[in-house]
Amino acid sequence: MKIFELTRADDPRQAIAAAAKANTAQQGADIRFIAGGTNLVDYMKLNVETPRQLVDVNHLPFDKIEALPDGGLSIGAVVRNSDLAYHPIVRKNYAVLSEALLSGASPQLRNMATTAGNLLQRTRCMYFRDTAMPCNKREPGSGCAAITGVNRGLAILGTSEHCIASNPSDMNVALAALEATIHISGPKGERSVTIGDFHLLPGNTPNRETVLEPGDLITHVTLPPPSPGNRSLYLKLRDRASFEFALASAAVVITADGGKITRARVALGGVGTKPWRSMEAEGELTGQSATQAVFQKAAEAALRDAKPQSQNGFKVELAKRCLVHALKLVTQTA
Amino acid sequence: MPTITETATTSPIGRQTPRIDGPFKVSGTAMYASDFNFTGLLFAVPVEATIANGKLQKLDASEAEKMPGVRAIFHRANIGKIFRSVLQPPNSGIADERRPPLADDVIRYYGQYVAIAVADTFEAAKAAADAVRATYTKDKPNVNLDLQPESEPEAVETTHGRLKRLQSERGDPDKAFASAQVKVDQTYVTPAETHNPIELQGTIAMWDGQMLTIYEESQAVFNLRSVLAQMFGLPKENVRVITKFVGSGFGSKLWPWTHCALACAAARQLGKPVKLVLSRRMMFQSVGHRPRTQQRVRLGATNEGKLVSLMQDYLNDLDILGGYHENCGESTSYFYSVPNLRVHWGRTRRNIASPTPMRGPGAVPGLFATESAMNELADQLKIDPVRLRELNEPKIDEGKGIPFSSRHYLECLQRGGERFGWANRNAEVGSMKRDGSILGWGMSGAAWIAGRFPAQASVELRDDGSARVACGTQDIGTGTYTILAQLVSDKTGVPLNKIEVVLGDTSLPPGPISGGSLVTGSIVPAVFDAADNAITSLLTVATTEPGSPFGNRTPDDLAFEAGRVFAKADGLAKGVSVSDLLRRTNMRLVTGSGKSEGTLDEKKPKVSMHSYCCHFVEVTWQPATARLHVNRVVTVIDGGRIINPLAGRNQIEGAVVMGVGMALLEHTIYDPQNGAPINSNLADYLMAVNADAPLMEVHFLDYPDTDVNPLGARGIGEIGLAGVAAAITAATYHATGVRVRELPIRIEDLLTSSILA
Ligand SMILES: Cc1cc2nc3c(=O)[nH]c(=O)nc-3n(C[C@H](O)[C@H](O)[C@H](O)COP(=O)(O)OP(=O)(O)OC[C@H]3O[C@@H](n4cnc5c(N)ncnc54)[C@H](O)[C@@H]3O)c2cc1C
Ligand code: SF4
Repeated sequence: MKIFELTRADDPRQAIAAAAKANTAQQGADIRFIAGGTNLVDYMKLNVETPRQLVDVNHLPFDKIEALPDGGLSIGAVVRNSDLAYHPIVRKNYAVLSEALLSGASPQLRNMATTAGNLLQRTRCMYFRDTAMPCNKREPGSGCAAITGVNRGLAILGTSEHCIASNPSDMNVALAALEATIHISGPKGERSVTIGDFHLLPGNTPNRETVLEPGDLITHVTLPPPSPGNRSLYLKLRDRASFEFALASAAVVITADGGKITRARVALGGVGTKPWRSMEAEGELTGQSATQAVFQKAAEAALRDAKPQSQNGFKVELAKRCLVHALKLVTQTA
Repeated sequence: MPTITETATTSPIGRQTPRIDGPFKVSGTAMYASDFNFTGLLFAVPVEATIANGKLQKLDASEAEKMPGVRAIFHRANIGKIFRSVLQPPNSGIADERRPPLADDVIRYYGQYVAIAVADTFEAAKAAADAVRATYTKDKPNVNLDLQPESEPEAVETTHGRLKRLQSERGDPDKAFASAQVKVDQTYVTPAETHNPIELQGTIAMWDGQMLTIYEESQAVFNLRSVLAQMFGLPKENVRVITKFVGSGFGSKLWPWTHCALACAAARQLGKPVKLVLSRRMMFQSVGHRPRTQQRVRLGATNEGKLVSLMQDYLNDLDILGGYHENCGESTSYFYSVPNLRVHWGRTRRNIASPTPMRGPGAVPGLFATESAMNELADQLKIDPVRLRELNEPKIDEGKGIPFSSRHYLECLQRGGERFGWANRNAEVGSMKRDGSILGWGMSGAAWIAGRFPAQASVELRDDGSARVACGTQDIGTGTYTILAQLVSDKTGVPLNKIEVVLGDTSLPPGPISGGSLVTGSIVPAVFDAADNAITSLLTVATTEPGSPFGNRTPDDLAFEAGRVFAKADGLAKGVSVSDLLRRTNMRLVTGSGKSEGTLDEKKPKVSMHSYCCHFVEVTWQPATARLHVNRVVTVIDGGRIINPLAGRNQIEGAVVMGVGMALLEHTIYDPQNGAPINSNLADYLMAVNADAPLMEVHFLDYPDTDVNPLGARGIGEIGLAGVAAAITAATYHATGVRVRELPIRIEDLLTSSILA
């Protein structure tokens, strides 16, 4: 860990002004916001992140979960993952989000982790963590050790020849299925970005993971009102029963009417370089009856473009089973 | 003779006894090695090689040396002399990594230390270590997973001296196998595993002139002393090793590792105490691991299930310089009755750090292979795997041709089967279902060594009614503090809460290593001897010292029982307590020393001493989500007399959960490109967590094995892990139809199952 300076921001403008001086966009920048610290400090200890200044955003007034007049929900950037998971509105209207959060990490970590921090958590690729190894995400142009090395846990969708790192977050998958919007306040004012546009595919700049620019502060995340009569669910598959990132996961939000699916939102986790919304699967489901054959078609569609690496070919089948089973469970209870 | 009677009515032997050190641990007052602090303490952080094969070209410490708070960066040129050590039979000088740290510039494994930074604070030392620039000439590391035996002579050097690779042989196993009616010929693989005790390893080293004191979480303080004395050219008595508490070891803390010598050398160069605590990553690199094993097992049997031939050819990988042998054949020669047998082994060198014993070394991977083969044979023969074992139960240890001291394996099988409900098993794959899941049932047996290391102890009886027992062994979290107190209480009648137990210090009478599950068995006779001698001394005091009410008696007239001295003629009721007697004679204490010999080095043992166990396992398989869960495990242990069933059960349950991890999760991955153990943290190296733990039922048969010691106690720290994985793979096969012969079982394997719900 390198010596760094820690400053506490008491109002958003001050935080933005401080971070606007950063040499690059948020990820990997020399001036960083710190929230729960459960991801950033981890990487600082490994010298993967070496910021010289940390701006503590924990005291900014973004710690509320509020019902919106349109029936949606606003979630502050520093709301703790556990508070969000157990919030009555979330449990009632957005079960998929609550389940996704509770399937992740451990209670201790969730008590620290924040909405914005979770959105921005970086990959678990083992080479990204090891500064002695080439990694295009950490050191652009150095190569990708995972493609030729250990890649069992990494992505099969959205990869490039430069990086195959998976987005590790469970929460993000639920937010993708819920069509969340990220609200950003930056040096140039405020803007909002949909979750689908927020994370970037690796392409040939895997070091750039989101649309954030220097000084951009996430203030809150909003969810649209729940679609009437929907059921939602998060299913996560992994090697051990708890305290592990997903090998494959599925967030499904389904509205069915008399056995017919009228609206479907599907996102996959553990398999994509970003939280993987599958419009292909949604297309196969909408207007169809809730049967195993339809679910299977949706799963095939979702994984059609999968590009397995040397060790993670099994994820194609696993993700399909995950989605099929999630759809089965969510329509069973409907 | 004076009469000394065990105080049977109040004895805590065999009683569920909460650990006497528990309150210190839960209140945070237990002092682990790195909790100690000293004035002027400096902090050290080693610099790890980031290649696994090559040479250190250049080490540039100029930037690091200038950093604030930095005292020194030590490397080969300025660390000072560190000598080599050698084995000192029978029980000292043991080390798996013999090369003194920094001895040359050749890098043979990833994470090998190339320098060490010392500073006023841990943070400054870490920053300085990170700022040391090392450049290397790199060769491709060899961490190949396919093991091929090195061409080694038939007798080779190992960590413990010269051994024959032909471990055991009888009859003509090749011929018997060739003509056998039924055959199994399979290869089984177990991966490298890392111990991962929660307490990180580390050293505090202090010099006072020519006297070296170290605090280290060691499973063997006397061995560590003997190695350090050699490495620093000191008489043994100039080295003191202290280990009050150990946050688990599982074997990784048995033998000395290079960080310890580095800390001692740095402390010597600076004339100040130095603390060095490893990072979790270093725990994967340089303090040992269970090696990868590859084992071909051939079984030949008659159509009725009688074994006619058993051959086990096994390999383990090891480091470039060391001699580690993973004794996968430990139980093969005696576990089953078979007229024709051969056990042979070899090794394969890799650019990895030295392996070291890990809980149940040898037996755990070895029994995975042999018990898996037995299960496969049972399936081929279409006979019950329990029945197959019953059919091949030996009458004597056929490997050594001597009787067993106490073997109740068949009773283990019977009890286990009953408790589990094995009779309801339908052997057909995928045939048993419950609540939408497919059930798989499997079983396995296991055996583990029993015996004694040499041990010494001393016992004091004091005028306040308390006692003190001292033994230079260690408590690695398994309950040795409590066992020592129970033994003394049994002999002297002093209640547990008035017994002070002192261990983990080379200034005490030499005690056994905390390895091989042998501590309990080893200390019983030594502590009993010490207590008897203390009591004898007390009776002498009673007859010789002014103030005693027994001044006119001889020791032979007296007896000791339930903490009281009395004249046999007058009876116990007219006796006086120990504290009374000592006060009246104006004595603070009486002391006795005790000693017992080891059994393990006996050239011609008369009996074969082992513990036995079996596991019955139920898994559930959910094909829709490719989820396999170990649901239920029934374990029966024939482990001699159980001194503390509470701690005993805890050992077995912990071992079973570790076995679930071994079967389904644990696996150290060496990067094929740079040879690093790449999953070197507790998030990426998966171990079983609570949610993976099955419902567990543990039974102890509790037959005393008095060949081991007068109480008949053997050890049970390791046996619970042996066999679990073979039972789980058998249950997995029963549920899924997928036969996994390479651990861990992965989702990839299970996805090939054609069994549907
Ligand atoms: C052992 C372990 C296991 C885990 N298992 C799981 C799991 O199973 N599933 C899962 O989903 N997650 C898991 N996690 C990850 C965990 O969810 C994240 O660490 C956590 O969500 C990060 O939140 P934080 O507030 O601590 O982020 P921080 O570490 O504080 O910050 C992370 C990033 O967000 C930036 N940031 C923070 N706040 C803002 C803001 N307001 N605006 C702009 N940028 C900001 C920081 O600069 C930094 O780049 C695990 C973590 C650990 C350590
Ligand atoms: S997959 Fe991405 S993060 Fe991993 S090594 Fe390659 S470039 Fe780095």
